[in-house]
Amino acid sequence: MATKKTVERDLFPGALEMMVLRTLKRQPLHGYALVQHIKRTSNDLLQIEEGSLYPALQRLLKEELVEAKWGISATNRRVRIYKLTAAGAKRLEREVSSFERMLQGITHVLAPEKA
Amino acid sequence: MSWLKQLFSRRRQYDALAEEIQGHLDEKVEELVAGGMSREDAKHAARREFGNPALTEEDGREVWRWASVEDFFADVRHGWRTLRHNPVFTVVGLLTIAIGIGANAAVFSVVNSVLLKPLNYPHSERLVSLHQAAPGAAGLADFENGLLLSASMYFTYAEHNRAFQAMGVWDTGVANVTGLAEPEQVRGIGVSDGLLQALAVPPEVGRWFTPEDQDPHGPQRVILSDGYWRRHFGGDRSAIGRNLMVDAHSREIIGVMPTGFRVVNEDFDVIVPLRLDRAKLILAGFGLHGIARLKPGVTIAQADADMTRMLPVWMASWSNGPGSDPHWYDRWQITPQLRPLKQEVVGNVSDVLWVVMGTLGLVMLIACANVTNLLLVRVEARQQELAVRAALGAGWGRIVRGLLVESTMLGIFGGALGGVLAYAGVRFLVAIGPANLPRLNEISLDARTLIFTLMLSVLSGWLLGLIPALKYAGPRSSLELRSAGRSMSVSKERHRARNLLVISQVAMALVLLVSAGLMIRTFRALRTVDPGFRDAAHLQLMRINIPETLIAQPEMVARTQNAILDKLAAIPGVASAGFVNEMPMEGFDSGWDGIYAEDKNYSDNESVPMRFFKFGSPGFLRAAGTRMVAGREITWSEIYDQRPVVMISENLAREMWGDPSAAIGKRVRQFDSMPWHEVVGVVQDVREKGVQDPAPETVYWPPYAENIFGPGPVNAIRTMTFEIRSDRAGTEAFLSEVHQAVWSVNSSLPVASVRTMQEVYEKSVARTSFTLVMLAIAGVMALALGMVGIYGVISYTVSQRQREIGIRLALGAQRADVMQMILRQGAKLALVGVVIGVGCAFALTRLMANLLFGVTAHDPTTYGAVAALLFFVALVACYVPARRAMRVDPIVALRYE
Repeated sequence: MATKKTVERDLFPGALEMMVLRTLKRQPLHGYALVQHIKRTSNDLLQIEEGSLYPALQRLLKEELVEAKWGISATNRRVRIYKLTAAGAKRLEREVSSFERMLQGITHVLAPEKA
Repeated sequence: MSWLKQLFSRRRQYDALAEEIQGHLDEKVEELVAGGMSREDAKHAARREFGNPALTEEDGREVWRWASVEDFFADVRHGWRTLRHNPVFTVVGLLTIAIGIGANAAVFSVVNSVLLKPLNYPHSERLVSLHQAAPGAAGLADFENGLLLSASMYFTYAEHNRAFQAMGVWDTGVANVTGLAEPEQVRGIGVSDGLLQALAVPPEVGRWFTPEDQDPHGPQRVILSDGYWRRHFGGDRSAIGRNLMVDAHSREIIGVMPTGFRVVNEDFDVIVPLRLDRAKLILAGFGLHGIARLKPGVTIAQADADMTRMLPVWMASWSNGPGSDPHWYDRWQITPQLRPLKQEVVGNVSDVLWVVMGTLGLVMLIACANVTNLLLVRVEARQQELAVRAALGAGWGRIVRGLLVESTMLGIFGGALGGVLAYAGVRFLVAIGPANLPRLNEISLDARTLIFTLMLSVLSGWLLGLIPALKYAGPRSSLELRSAGRSMSVSKERHRARNLLVISQVAMALVLLVSAGLMIRTFRALRTVDPGFRDAAHLQLMRINIPETLIAQPEMVARTQNAILDKLAAIPGVASAGFVNEMPMEGFDSGWDGIYAEDKNYSDNESVPMRFFKFGSPGFLRAAGTRMVAGREITWSEIYDQRPVVMISENLAREMWGDPSAAIGKRVRQFDSMPWHEVVGVVQDVREKGVQDPAPETVYWPPYAENIFGPGPVNAIRTMTFEIRSDRAGTEAFLSEVHQAVWSVNSSLPVASVRTMQEVYEKSVARTSFTLVMLAIAGVMALALGMVGIYGVISYTVSQRQREIGIRLALGAQRADVMQMILRQGAKLALVGVVIGVGCAFALTRLMANLLFGVTAHDPTTYGAVAALLFFVALVACYVPARRAMRVDPIVALRYE
């Protein structure tokens, strides 16, 4: 398959999903708001193509980590609002802790250089 | 299942995704416009930020896809399209495969029902037939049935065995039932205690026989078959307890066996207890078939040992009368050889079925080779398409899979069609199958046959697609993009696959034709054998039994039979008539014993060879068309006067006195207390057991005489086959006159087994003619398919070489040379195929050696004729394309480029 996820150019696999889950843990959002929120909170440091969010959302939907409902946005549009499920919350917890362990590991490896 | 739900909710997900993405872009644009950007710029910016929406949408959809399965369905759709767009190819391919699969499935269903399925008895794997070999009792114990059990053997085995859970003996016979409507002769089976218990099929109504029903002095009882019960009692349960007049004895009906129940291969109307009388038993009288159910865990070898242990017990417990040697039977070397009951049921038909199955398998391979050839040609034509697909990034595996899916579809569709053909084919097989094909009533298309058909379809589909796929889907196929457009002569290498296919087709066709040829030779050899009777189609047969209850006195039996004969002879158009206890090949159990000659010396206890005993009326030889070699027939006055006269067969006369005429006037007897009988006639040899078996040495006794069943007073044989020679044999009018003639003598006499000698003869060669028909069909199919195969390849070569031929002609080649060149190519293929085929046939036809008669499996005539035929046919198949090549117009051929 020639169309490998474009987002993985900058992020490790699963990073985007993790961020989506974390964001949705705070509150249910629709796709556009979700992208804006992630961009904003990352201080625009992460270069994400906005479109790449949607395949990630489809994957999460398929695994039933989030659920979607049609609703009306603040700007009065018909949008699909995503909400974290219980399974999603559990997955987020696991992903975050494993991410933290990984980060710790990387930090340890990088640390001597600085010293 | 959630994946199933997803599969169906997918369409909605896709729509939602599309709407969502559009919504996202709109919102972005709105926001940018609100920030002061022009609408046009905002649109571009939104796009840039977003990435490629189409790709995103596709990625999003990808999540929901079930990739491998959907690619597969895409292949199926593609394959379906390709098949549909090539109707000629598809129809030819489908029909070829359908015929191949249909024929194989039909034969497999017969093989499955007859050979593979367990017998219709509970735990039938534990059932054995009590088969005993007795090399010292040649004649009496033939290879097929071995030495049957005597009643005393039965009691010994039943009482002393350790290996059997239950065992019993049985015998067939006829019985006359009176008192229902017309007198009727029915098929009866006599069973001992333990037989029904061993078979263990519970009765449909009522009960089995108990030991007390076997008491020779107790009340008489009978069990009915389901069919008889329904015919005569309308399936009424109250029939139990009613009485039936069987052989003029009133018998109480105690049970009905369920439909489909048979004793080994025997269908029956009634079962009666044998009621063997222990008090009157001697060692001899070997006429009962034994069946036992092994105890769980007991092997056949253990049971054999158990029976071997009991044989001395048997000889010690009984005798053949005062003064006889109890260990006389040691010389017979009786050896128990228990066999699974299934083997007994199936008999020698398994050879035939496997041979037929094998040949049709070969036909299937030939058919596959043909279709593969077609596919090869087509794949070649699709080179460019495949190369383009490969260039566009389709993986090698994907292309191979596509081709395989296509050919498998062909296989499966062909198989479905073949299933329908098989359904018809089974009916055809049952109709033409050997009349005595065992388990005929069990033949059906069952689940196993369907699975077989399916597997065959898929397998043949793969086989079809494999060669083209391997050849043309290789990674190098991108090269073809350049060359495929030009109609150049094709390299040798590309022809190799097709040539190999044609060679193997010719070789397989040769094997099949040789087998068919050998069967034809066998059949002709059988036809030329003088069976000992003539013009069987005009010899009417029927069996008449005169029960003791109807006519008690033996002399009256003989006189009644004589009177019937006179009446029959008086029917217009009757040339002659006679009766005998059995006609050749009728397959009734007959008597065997030794005879002693007056002019020979025998040491004490010397065992003499067993001779076949027949009992016939005056005139029965003439009616059958059996020649007298020397002397004369026995006359009625000699019979009524109790004159000790006898006739013997030519081979017996030669064995004992060297010459038929030397036997006349010699005297023989069966045992010491019998008066010497004078040989008055010598009769030509008769193939009693079938055309393929040698004629037994035979003694012809009078039908009414003293000592007729061993030492005893005057008696008569009560069941006789009457034979009437007439040009009108077999016609309705004639048969009704025959019935009238019989009933004018005694109206209570039923007439049974009405048929012509031709039917008896055909039944006895049914196995051979069935094999012949099947092999001939297979051979013709193979020939036709092979011809098509060669034609296809040569014709394709010619079309590929048009340009080359054009150049040759333009450069001055003679047209005849061109034609010769093409013919030579075909001839070379055919020749190689023939040579390989002869080798294969040499190895394979040995498997059918015991179906052959009068011809060896390596008969040079058959091989030569078939090889020549095949070669000739191949040349004919090449001739048409070769002529086309000759007519190629060089200008037209070269203008193509």
